[in-house]
Amino acid sequence: MSRNITLNINGAQHTVDVEDRMLLSDAIREKAGLTGTHVACEHGVCGACTILLDGEAVRSCLMFTVQAAGHEITTVEGIAPAPGELSVVQRAMQDNHGLQCGFCTPGIVTSLTAYLRDFPNASDDELKEALSGNLCRCTGYMGIINAARQAQKEIQGSAK
Amino acid sequence: MSGQAAGRYVGQSIKRKEDPRLLTGQGRYVDDVQLPNMAHVAFVRSNIARGKITNLDISEALQVPGVIAIYTGDDLNPYIKEYWHTMGGPRPALDDPSGAHPPASVLAPGDVRFVGDPIAMVIAENRYVAEDAAEMVIVDIDVEEPIIGLDMAVAHPEMKVHHELNKNFSGIMPYMEVPPVDEMMASAPHVVTRRFKQARATNVPMEPRGIIVKHDRGANEITIWSATQNAHEVRSFCARLIGFPAQRIRAIAGDVGGGFGQKMMVSRDEAAMMIAGYLLGDRPIKWIEDRRESLIAANQAREEWVDVTMAVTPEGDIMGCRVNFLEDVGAYPPGAGGGAGMSAGMFPGPYKMPVVIPQGTSYFTNTCGKAPYRGPWMMETVAREQMMDHVAAEIGIDPIEFRRRNIIHQSDLPYTTCTTLVYDVVTPEETLDQAMEMLDLAKFRAEQEKARAEGRLLGLGVGVYIEPSAIAFGILSSDQANVRMDENGKVLVALSSGSHGHSIETTMPQVIAEHLGCDIDDIIIMQGDTASAPIGPGTGGSRTAVIVGGACQTAAGKLKAKILEIAAHTLEANVDDLEVNDSVVSVKGTPAKQLPFAQIAAMAYMMPEMLPEGMEMGLEVSARYKPAGSFTYSNATHVCTVEVDPKTGMVKILRYIVSEDCGQMINPMVVEGQIAGGVVQGIGGVLFEHMIYDKDGNPLATTFLDYLVPTAPEIPDIEYGHIQTMSNSLGGYKGMGEGGAIVSPPTVANAIHDAVKHLGVHPTDFPLGPSQIRDLLVHAGAAV
Repeated sequence: MSRNITLNINGAQHTVDVEDRMLLSDAIREKAGLTGTHVACEHGVCGACTILLDGEAVRSCLMFTVQAAGHEITTVEGIAPAPGELSVVQRAMQDNHGLQCGFCTPGIVTSLTAYLRDFPNASDDELKEALSGNLCRCTGYMGIINAARQAQKEIQGSAK
Repeated sequence: MSGQAAGRYVGQSIKRKEDPRLLTGQGRYVDDVQLPNMAHVAFVRSNIARGKITNLDISEALQVPGVIAIYTGDDLNPYIKEYWHTMGGPRPALDDPSGAHPPASVLAPGDVRFVGDPIAMVIAENRYVAEDAAEMVIVDIDVEEPIIGLDMAVAHPEMKVHHELNKNFSGIMPYMEVPPVDEMMASAPHVVTRRFKQARATNVPMEPRGIIVKHDRGANEITIWSATQNAHEVRSFCARLIGFPAQRIRAIAGDVGGGFGQKMMVSRDEAAMMIAGYLLGDRPIKWIEDRRESLIAANQAREEWVDVTMAVTPEGDIMGCRVNFLEDVGAYPPGAGGGAGMSAGMFPGPYKMPVVIPQGTSYFTNTCGKAPYRGPWMMETVAREQMMDHVAAEIGIDPIEFRRRNIIHQSDLPYTTCTTLVYDVVTPEETLDQAMEMLDLAKFRAEQEKARAEGRLLGLGVGVYIEPSAIAFGILSSDQANVRMDENGKVLVALSSGSHGHSIETTMPQVIAEHLGCDIDDIIIMQGDTASAPIGPGTGGSRTAVIVGGACQTAAGKLKAKILEIAAHTLEANVDDLEVNDSVVSVKGTPAKQLPFAQIAAMAYMMPEMLPEGMEMGLEVSARYKPAGSFTYSNATHVCTVEVDPKTGMVKILRYIVSEDCGQMINPMVVEGQIAGGVVQGIGGVLFEHMIYDKDGNPLATTFLDYLVPTAPEIPDIEYGHIQTMSNSLGGYKGMGEGGAIVSPPTVANAIHDAVKHLGVHPTDFPLGPSQIRDLLVHAGAAV
């Protein structure tokens, strides 16, 4: 069955008709038209579809859209401080060649954004472990790990 | 041996121009394209590896609300006019003794030949409904015994995957009796024989395959959006497939989420989409592959065995080899699907081998078809580099010394291999030296010895190779750049190639800006749309830097020459006295006499009176580049150190060192990114990834929980060393997109071997996961 619900995505309200079974990832892409959230496995392993739900990194392919009503969703489109700008994590990704094809990138950006906010003093091993929930096939992770290190330093610096 | 001085742009690690778009969710991949009235496709696939379809009932599925059409093989296969890829050429006759393509079909032709074989396609208002209906299609299959695995294919030459063929191989290089070689082998002081096996892997681009086909009957046009490495092939394949005028087909590749070879050629499912979209007409249809489909039905690679027999002198000089390449190409590879021929030519690699006698067979099996995967001929390096260590162990010399003894020196160049390849500018010995220096061999051996005394197993692996980059024959021979300076002095470039993630929106502007003299931000690249892209073979074969780069450099030079001619005319100077800096032409020594590009461009389009007599107006040039040779050789040495846990068999990579020579680097950051990506794919192929089938032909790794691609914690910080020797291709560039994936598997395997060989364990087969290593240790009585 279908329901009319309101999704709050990146601060904007999207009122959509969705079937109960519609995955949140599909609704974000097809109903709200925000195609930055990518679907690469649909079983919650690869992390490409990661969004922030009330600030927490979650897999949008593992949620039904109706479950997201009333929550604040941030997608990769909502991470940068302003159009034409990049966030600390996004800039670090560019500086360190943390992306090639870009398909896994939105999930890396959202996951790292949440992780570094919560664990700015994570050890290097913990950083890598935090990235283990996001598969990338292009970079060999080197650029991503270096981006995480740079972003972490910047975040630590700005907290002082 | 030193590098050419970096230019203002070429040689600089310039940040990628594509990144801001991709980092903010503004990329445009095929699944991001939403067209009005678009319908969605789900395939019904076989769950049986081999059998006759006795009943295919779509009636109930057709009743599902929202279903638009359901097509079966009977509906679509009759529309196939021709089925072949430009790169491979027209299919050989069915009874050609040297090989065969699989019989042409886009949906199962009355029987199924692998698990994942598409039987029917459901077209519906949305993907959810399409999947519902696909589940309601009734398929009864009379199960037959499948051919699964090389063991069975080799043991049962009488069994055939394709009953239409008179054989079960797609290609063959038969055994050759060469009496002098046989005599040499028979009398050589040392003759070592090994069989090395690679495990079946798959490319796993993070973006699965996807395609939209829109047939506009009124305009008599077909437009295709595709996740492809090769938009022109999509266009020309479709034209041949359904007999549609090629000039009325437009293929568009936007951002492509990786491919690694998988997306070079049109697959059967995509061909089915072309026919279905053509038949349905006026409603665009979209198919986005899900991950299970990608793992079981997109393509596989690397299921290969290589038998090597190597003869050596007691001092360690290689006398010659016999090599037999056996590969599993599955049921429906695109074309013949095999890499054995190329592997045979490349087998000598960086060593002086007086003779190599190859043979090879590419067997069909009832499994997913083989398609190119980053270095599709790389089994030669996998076998050779492991063989170097096995032979060294056998004759009791150090594997690095064994390599040094046989490696090609600078003084040997140009060197013609016994397989007739001519290496002009390569540095295998120099990369080996550099890698060893980075490692500090003596220090490692001391650590290894100390660790061993404590019961810990450390190992060192080395791999050396020469990569035949920029493969340039047939449709692969050339690429083109059309460079247009507009009336504002800004530059729009149309390339015959397209990116599937390898940074060409940055690297190619670097080349153009360097050779035109403009600001890199004044350049925009158009790619991947056959309406604007010059004809080309797409991306693959480590070709972009060399061939597309050569085209960009030539075109930039042509454009600059015309700009200078106009400037010289206006400034009343000789062209030779002019210089270009930051988009401004000035007279050397008289900087006040200058003209910005914008002003010259305005003249070129709007002020014919300002142009030299007889000059054609406008500022648009094109250049097509073909390198002088069929290959532009790059090379590298990889070194890896590992610790093997004797209790669990778990391998931890301690260090990974790469010394490589890809000639003039355009963007070192991008070069290192390509290396890292390839290395980690190679590591995955040894330690983690295995696309395994059971004996009935059921794929057992159908999710990312079973098919294990490497993740961040498994990867050490890769250390890079660069040697830059200029190739004889324009700009001195050499390709390097595949090398990382080619030599990392044997390098890792050699490190594991080195860690355990004193226990009498000599691994030859991939994968080398914990259970396999533990089994080997147990078998040798060396388990803790």
